[in-house]
Amino acid sequence: MSDQQSRPKFRWHIIVFLAPAVLVYTAVMIYPLFNTLRLSLFTEVDQERVFVGLQNFQTLFGETVWSSQFWNALGNNFWFFIIHMLVQNPIGVALAAILSHPKLRFASFYRSAIFIPTILSFVIVGFAWKLILSPIWGIAPGMLDAVGLKSLYAPWLGKEAYALTTLSLVSVWQFVGIPMMLIYAALLSIPDEILEAAEVEGITGLSAFWKIKLPLILPSIGIISILTFVANFNAFDLIYAAQGALAGPDYSTDILGTFMYRTFFGFQLQLGDPHMGSTIASAMFAIILVGVCLYLFGIQSRMRRYQF
Amino acid sequence: MKKSTLIGAMLASTLIAGAASAEDVTLTIESWRNDDLAIWQDKIIPAFEAAHPGIKLNFTPSAPAEYNAVLNSKLDAGSAGDIITCRPFDASLALFEAGHLADISSLDGMANFSAVAKSGWSTDDASVQFCVPMASVIHGFIYNKEAFEEVGVEVPTTEAEFFAVLDKIKEDGSYIPMAMGTNDQWEAATMGYNNIGPNYWKGEEGRLALLSGDQKLTDEAWVAPYRQLAKWGAYLGDGYEAQTYPDSQNIFTLGRAAIYPTGSWEISGFNGLADFEMGAFYPPVQNAGDTCYISDHTDIGIGMNAATPNKEAAQTFLNWVGSSEFATIFANALPGFFPLSSAPVELEDPLAQEFISWRGKCESTIRSTYQVLSRGTPNLENDTWNASVAVIKGEETPEAAGARLQEGLASWYAPQQ
Repeated sequence: MSDQQSRPKFRWHIIVFLAPAVLVYTAVMIYPLFNTLRLSLFTEVDQERVFVGLQNFQTLFGETVWSSQFWNALGNNFWFFIIHMLVQNPIGVALAAILSHPKLRFASFYRSAIFIPTILSFVIVGFAWKLILSPIWGIAPGMLDAVGLKSLYAPWLGKEAYALTTLSLVSVWQFVGIPMMLIYAALLSIPDEILEAAEVEGITGLSAFWKIKLPLILPSIGIISILTFVANFNAFDLIYAAQGALAGPDYSTDILGTFMYRTFFGFQLQLGDPHMGSTIASAMFAIILVGVCLYLFGIQSRMRRYQF
Repeated sequence: MKKSTLIGAMLASTLIAGAASAEDVTLTIESWRNDDLAIWQDKIIPAFEAAHPGIKLNFTPSAPAEYNAVLNSKLDAGSAGDIITCRPFDASLALFEAGHLADISSLDGMANFSAVAKSGWSTDDASVQFCVPMASVIHGFIYNKEAFEEVGVEVPTTEAEFFAVLDKIKEDGSYIPMAMGTNDQWEAATMGYNNIGPNYWKGEEGRLALLSGDQKLTDEAWVAPYRQLAKWGAYLGDGYEAQTYPDSQNIFTLGRAAIYPTGSWEISGFNGLADFEMGAFYPPVQNAGDTCYISDHTDIGIGMNAATPNKEAAQTFLNWVGSSEFATIFANALPGFFPLSSAPVELEDPLAQEFISWRGKCESTIRSTYQVLSRGTPNLENDTWNASVAVIKGEETPEAAGARLQEGLASWYAPQQ
């Protein structure tokens, strides 16, 4: 009896305040996601949509025509991700460390300059870099020539061996500002008392970075890694803008996003197949889900946190 | 008083306009050719409306890349126009099979078209026709006449002469022998393989034999064009691997290259850009005296929405599209897009005249991969792009390319199994 009386009133305002965001998010994210998953279980026979269960997945992984393209795209996607992890994130951390140095002049200028490419459109970035690297009009051959290194120049975007790495580095150039900003914020939040205490103990300069700051920003680096992972496995725009839907040369820059686009919407004489396209999209979703879960349960839950 | 007369006049004009529009039938035309909007409004529509009082035309194009998707959703929603511009082959065939395009085989105007011209818009057994052929593009090579004079070479007619010309231009060094890149891939297949190929597979003869399964992509006739392409790489200029289609267009129109493998659709654009005299030659034949074959590819057709309430007016319009009057207006407004009807047409542009004159000297065919053969997975057209690029770059031998394409085609196309 007394239990019922002390039970708090139902708090309607919570629902009212949550509703707009939940509704919009459901309409533009959750519903399309589940509808895509649903679509991957169907196929079209004689203008009719028929349920076929997991047959599309069997086709995707069982038939070499599809599976060879899928594994090629997945492999390329991993290489794309590895380049980002090895180049973008360390450079981002280094830039943040330099920027947070109290004696650096024009720090805010550098910060904005490095961050600006992030807000540029993929199309602009893709097109600008295509022109820079172009063997015909580009400034890259001329610049290398000026320092006597013309022999190092190759039409990188047109060579199978280099195209994917080149595009990964272009993407790194564009997005290095994001890890830099996140790490920069994390570095600023480290209390001065800790650094001063370390200084008293004789830990300064580089060793202060390795022994004090780096352990404190590790959770941020973890978050950045997982953001990079999700962004890279959803990537599409830059490759499409620079190399088109066939992701040339010879599919060497084909990643899951371009493979999905080509299948879903069709290309040139290839008619679009929304069902196989959804199957690839579902596989991408599964890959990202597994990656994020591995991180959340395997790494983040074991990470030590420091409260100040 | 003055004001009320004005209002009266306005009311009267509204009434008259209302009455007029009640009698008039307005046909809405769906198209992806937004580049041609001015030509339709200034030339084609007035000519048609003058000859056919009571029918008005409304040309409503959308962006080329979005056209198929936009049209499909409009058709499904029942809001598409009465007249539909048709992409060639499977995209339109799919619309016909879905019941969106009307059967127009019995139209009088269809008598003006050859079987090759009609092949782009008929069912596989050619029994039903669903779009009127409107325009085709012819493949060949455009060259810089001044460059040829400067280097001292003549227009080649045989393959040996062609490579002799390329060698000489390369030796001379002041021009890039040929402007083409492999970055966008399609040029290598469309302006390369399907441009020079018909001479080897003897046009329609080989194409139909491939369709029926009598010839294979590993046959000499289908591998030999790759063998020629493999030799092209040396003449394409530095860094052609990363050269895009607009790059090639610019290189040629800036006068930096001597030869440009291409299609006639470039004519109107190039006329405005190049300040040197241009000429054109058809793909050189293997031996002097051989019959030449050209790719005269069906590109644009026009059909009728099966759900249109204005069937008769639409049929009148389609009949007119098949007439020589339309062909003359269209061909001269858009040099490079040639009418497909057998009705005689006078062309004014000299470069366009050169291209269309080949129809008299050579046998016409269409691109080998377009009809039926690109219907399955793997897609033969996409694979041909890929193989042509790989062969030009020397990453794949012509024989290996042929074998790979044949394997892909045989995996889904029954006559080739």
